[in-house]
Amino acid sequence: MRLKRLILASSTALFASAMPALANKPTDRGIWLQEPATELMDQLIWLHDFVSWIILGIVLFVMVLMAYIMIRFREKANPVPSKTTHHVGLEVAWTIVPIVILLIMVVPSMRLLYFQDALPETEMTIKATGNTWNWEYTYPGQPDLDSYISNPLDKEQAKFVETYLAEKSVPEASEFGEPYLLTTDAPLVVPVDTKVKVLITSSNNLHSFTVPAFGIKMDAVPGRINETWFEAYKTGTFYGQCSELCGINHYYMPIEVRVVPKAEYAKWIAGGGGSHKEDALAAYADFKKNKTAALNGGLTIAAQK
Amino acid sequence: MVAIPEGSVGGYGSHDDHDEKPGFFARWFYSTNHKDIGTLYLIFGIISGLIGGYLSFMMRMELGEPGIQYFATGHDYNVFASMHGLIMIFFMVMPAVIGGFGNWFVPIMIGAPDMAFPRMNNLSFWLLPVALICLLISFFVPGSASGNGFGGGWVMYPPLSTSGAPGPAFDFIIIGLLAAGFSSIFGAINFITTILNMRAPGMTMHKMPLFAWSVLVTAFLLLLALPVLAAALFMLFTDRIDGGTGFFDPAMGGDPEMFQHLFWFFGHPEVYIMILPAFGIVSHVVSTFSKKPIFGYLGMAYAMVAIGVVGFVVWAHHMYTVGMDVDLKAYFLAATLVIAVPTGVKIFSWLATMWGGSIRFTIPMQWALAFIFLFVVGGVTGVVLANAGVDVALHDTYYVVAHFHYVLSMGAVFGIFCGFYYWFGKMSGYLYNKWLAAAHFWLFFIGVNVIFFPQHFLGLNGMPRRYVDYPEEFAFWNSVSTAGAGITLLGTAFFFIMLIEAFIVRRPAGENYWGEGATTLEWTLPSPPPFHIFNTLPRIEDNDDGH
Repeated sequence: MRLKRLILASSTALFASAMPALANKPTDRGIWLQEPATELMDQLIWLHDFVSWIILGIVLFVMVLMAYIMIRFREKANPVPSKTTHHVGLEVAWTIVPIVILLIMVVPSMRLLYFQDALPETEMTIKATGNTWNWEYTYPGQPDLDSYISNPLDKEQAKFVETYLAEKSVPEASEFGEPYLLTTDAPLVVPVDTKVKVLITSSNNLHSFTVPAFGIKMDAVPGRINETWFEAYKTGTFYGQCSELCGINHYYMPIEVRVVPKAEYAKWIAGGGGSHKEDALAAYADFKKNKTAALNGGLTIAAQK
Repeated sequence: MVAIPEGSVGGYGSHDDHDEKPGFFARWFYSTNHKDIGTLYLIFGIISGLIGGYLSFMMRMELGEPGIQYFATGHDYNVFASMHGLIMIFFMVMPAVIGGFGNWFVPIMIGAPDMAFPRMNNLSFWLLPVALICLLISFFVPGSASGNGFGGGWVMYPPLSTSGAPGPAFDFIIIGLLAAGFSSIFGAINFITTILNMRAPGMTMHKMPLFAWSVLVTAFLLLLALPVLAAALFMLFTDRIDGGTGFFDPAMGGDPEMFQHLFWFFGHPEVYIMILPAFGIVSHVVSTFSKKPIFGYLGMAYAMVAIGVVGFVVWAHHMYTVGMDVDLKAYFLAATLVIAVPTGVKIFSWLATMWGGSIRFTIPMQWALAFIFLFVVGGVTGVVLANAGVDVALHDTYYVVAHFHYVLSMGAVFGIFCGFYYWFGKMSGYLYNKWLAAAHFWLFFIGVNVIFFPQHFLGLNGMPRRYVDYPEEFAFWNSVSTAGAGITLLGTAFFFIMLIEAFIVRRPAGENYWGEGATTLEWTLPSPPPFHIFNTLPRIEDNDDGH
């Protein structure tokens, strides 16, 4: 455990310091994994950093060895080459040592794999269906709650909604604003500190349901229902992007998840669901309509003249 | 490794008087000569490399900044990405290393006058231009409602390649890949027969140069893997027919994941098909310029055999996120890590070959050293990805793109250039200009690292693959990566300048222009070798100074 903490601390110190700020979403100039929001991702990051230290060591070892060889045994420094072509000890060593390193790696790796994959007793279930090109969310345990489609916001919409939510200081607004290609019109809403089972399927092409901060990624396959799980330990808005090529708009079907306090979730369910961006989007639709009307009006006047 | 009896060296190549001189058309179009076919393969590889390189350069231009600048739609981008993969793999790397260098040097290295089936060799080559033309046609015919061409990725997963691409574009790709596949299968049969039956007297398997070993292992991989691809492609083909089969269609009781298993059963050996011949080339170059025989020859040969065998039982590590059973994932995790062991043996044996040597930093040696280092970098990120738990965060992100470009774009391709500069004088009869070649190497080396190293960061930060547009947070490293593409392009320009200069100036290359360390049979022949070689078979002496 001490080793575990040491590794985590040292890698965080090294890599996180090189980054502007960690966030539960992609960061500008980020070079490392996103900040975790589940125990699953904590463990994933730990294993990733552990393995990364090992491979960094291997690369440095090979680099230094190569540099030494290139200097020490260059033609000028060593004009007469040796004729050694065998060394049983060495050959055994460079077979055994990698095996030992791999064995050290495989133990925590298996532990993580089984932790990820063995579904615990979950407290609720959601279903995500990949369509071309949006996600549909269903709450099977809440028959009164309609399933809903989560569409991406285009650039203009995102800007408008972001401004609108800020002006009206809508409490549900994401701290990250409405980042284009990550934000949607209706996020998936889940309670914090709750084990959530996610059923994933697709209505046509392959897709993949991904939330990096949760450490989950599972393909949406037509004719199949895949499952995974997560338990977010903090509230906030989290983003993911479709991660299996699905056609022309593969880049344009983001996943937005809002993790809310349990009480707020209960209220949301009781209120029949819905998105906190509905008003903003309605306002945007009005704005568009007025703009078009103004434009059309102008054209009509021009035509009459 | 090979000892030539004193005084007989000139004998192998001294048939110039009776040397055949076929006319241009007969020589290059009816060719059954392994050296001419090898040259055709290399020229073909260079042309395909230019096409594939153009596609990737356009993608990098597009990704230089957020927004959609150069492509009309995401579909067009997907078409470029898919075709870049297919063309680089099937029409650039494979023809260059196996068809090109394999044809040229396997017969010479084992002391055979030609390949076992020279006419089949001709067929192998000429199927490839046909295949490439099919792929190029597919760009311009309807793929799906989204536009022309096929945008389902080089992996061609259904349903995007069945119901998702109803147009003829994908049919052309199937036909093209089947043709390329048959070309490779014929080539594999040819190499296996040649290597097993046509070695010169005294050339036992355990005296055979490592490049011939690498091509032998590769040929077996081709022979066993490609029929599976052909079957999978054919199943796609019948699935695509209206009222046809439903192998991969869940509505008809099929399973799209079945295709992924079939594809990767071919696809994983395929990556070793591309890298093993490069291993062979690098072994010769390292040994030559260290003026030392290769260290641990048997370990090196059997490490390649081991990589080939294990390469067949790890395929589903490409599919950790499809929803496989956890025990199955655990198996593939463990099996995948095993590959690191024989790969490590190779890396350390190269270093041990250099240890105690008298190293000359010639151009091919620079490519070989860069190959070893970059292959280590690409290899260790493979170890990260092998861990199924970690792969969940990295699967289908740019981390994977960085990983496989480090082992292919900087592994296989560096191996190709390494062999090209090593044997250029032997094949053409001319020496290249060192400064132009050095400019090519350094620009290329810096360029590809600037392209691909930042992609690790993008992947870790969560950027998915095959995206025509991305959130602003990914802009910085993408712009760096695109700058690297510019440097690489400049490096590529120097490659062609080097080629043109060499053929204009025509500095003649001697029999063995590398001197002491170059001990394999091709260095006993004139440069370029006469049309017919080894009319008297060389005898390999039974001694053990090689290893």
